[in-house]
Amino acid sequence: MAGPDRDRLSWYEASARQRLDALLDPGSFTEVLGPAERRMSPHLPLFDLPRAFDDGIVVGSGSLDGKTMFVAAQEGRFMGGAFGEVHGAKLVGLLRAALDVKPAAVLLLLDTGGVRLQEANAGETAIAEAMRAIVAARAAGVPVVGLIGGRAGCFGGGGLIAGTCSRLAVSEGGRISVSGPEVIETNKGAEEFDSKDRALVWRTMGGKHRRLIGGADAFCADTVSAFREAALRLIADAPAFDLDTLTAEQARLRARIDRFGQCRDATDIWAKLGVNDPDAVPAMDTGAFDETVAQAREAVHDAR
Amino acid sequence: MTLAEILASLFPEGHAVTVADGLVAGEGPFEGGRLRVIGVDGDAPLGVEGALTLAGHVLDAVRAGDKAPILVAVDSDSQRMSRRDELLGLNECLAHLAKALLLADRRGHPTVGLLYGHSAAGAFIATALATRVLAALPGANPSVMDLPSVARVTKLPLEKLQEMAKSTPVFAPGLDNMLATGAVHAVLDPEKPLGPQIRDLIAVLPERDERDRLGQERGGRPVAEAIAKAVADQIRAG
Repeated sequence: MAGPDRDRLSWYEASARQRLDALLDPGSFTEVLGPAERRMSPHLPLFDLPRAFDDGIVVGSGSLDGKTMFVAAQEGRFMGGAFGEVHGAKLVGLLRAALDVKPAAVLLLLDTGGVRLQEANAGETAIAEAMRAIVAARAAGVPVVGLIGGRAGCFGGGGLIAGTCSRLAVSEGGRISVSGPEVIETNKGAEEFDSKDRALVWRTMGGKHRRLIGGADAFCADTVSAFREAALRLIADAPAFDLDTLTAEQARLRARIDRFGQCRDATDIWAKLGVNDPDAVPAMDTGAFDETVAQAREAVHDAR
Repeated sequence: MTLAEILASLFPEGHAVTVADGLVAGEGPFEGGRLRVIGVDGDAPLGVEGALTLAGHVLDAVRAGDKAPILVAVDSDSQRMSRRDELLGLNECLAHLAKALLLADRRGHPTVGLLYGHSAAGAFIATALATRVLAALPGANPSVMDLPSVARVTKLPLEKLQEMAKSTPVFAPGLDNMLATGAVHAVLDPEKPLGPQIRDLIAVLPERDERDRLGQERGGRPVAEAIAKAVADQIRAG
């Protein structure tokens, strides 16, 4: 897919395969264990649920500006991109191979509600295996960059995987959290979190909030080309995985809680960050938002 | 076993492990050196502060440079479910704790999880599941989600799920199922002193992440190992 299509294609609307095809250099993507091999979930039939030939994740290799990338893209439209046994194992296999092959980077196109409940134990364990493998790849000098802007967001264990990456790019639609809005509401009541209040969801978990507080390292317009540019920039600027980085992250997160722990709403945090008009943030276009980010010193760091 | 009983069994000569706000931290003499202990007690939920406190202890241990083993004792709730925790970036804090444990492991600290009560979801991933080897005591009750909640989400009758759970370890809560999945390596004997049992686990720490192999052997994750290997082999072959 050539440049103009990449510029037009909405990351949010695109499928996992469309994202990969447009993100990577044209024609460079090679899938492994693709749908033709029919490696489907052995468990979903027990629940009378339909299966996908790829179990909702596309993995393989390709190139970005000529450099070899390993890539995994979750399909948020199949069971919310959730981690089942096969789905998780495909990601884990890719990450383990990265340790030996040492591609220029691993790109994780996360689009997930978290663990697939019908295969909960397998999904949960696969997430733990993936995090161990990400750390091993990073420690070997392979940057692992997360790209988040899909329909399913990045919830549950997906949020922990995101927090394990070297760098994260996020768009407005890319919500990142552990407990999703419905989970909080179900367990703690609508007074704690009204999941129907979409503006509250975006403010609390959305891409702009994550970018402003340093929970993500780049904010993208909702196009594949914006994510491509961000990925190239972030790969070149990935922090090492070592004691210095984690010591810095400890201090960064501690300072965040000390400074913003009393804030009730994201707008209170944005005001403390020095954003002139916090109420205007949700409606800002990418250019205006970038200028706002430049005022927030928390947004730029190597502490991840 | 309670945490007090576990600590008494681990450290017959006494110890300096304390619990505050459900967070466990300290150390005791072990095998001629020391065993550091962190953890969550009393079914407490793990929020942003707790995750950072525990991660701070782990990073202190790494800085000490003695490569002492770290025991992660867990009887927790899930992650703390709140608007405030998510606003402050709970995903980063829990991932940070897991990364601290994985770093300690890489720097030569044997990391051993000990599940003696409940644990679930994000709290489980950030603590027990981030260790090199995870042991459990009988009565431990890990879960991703309880069956009534699974019934709500999957819209299947609870009775049917309870029946399915008997033959399908992949989705049902409980220690036996996490053992079958390979997430839990071994179950310890509470009638015998725990110190030697932990020592023996450390003596044979797996070199690679073998949870998918265990899951295949035990039948709880029949295909994960083969799938991961197929992907890795094919992509290595270019």
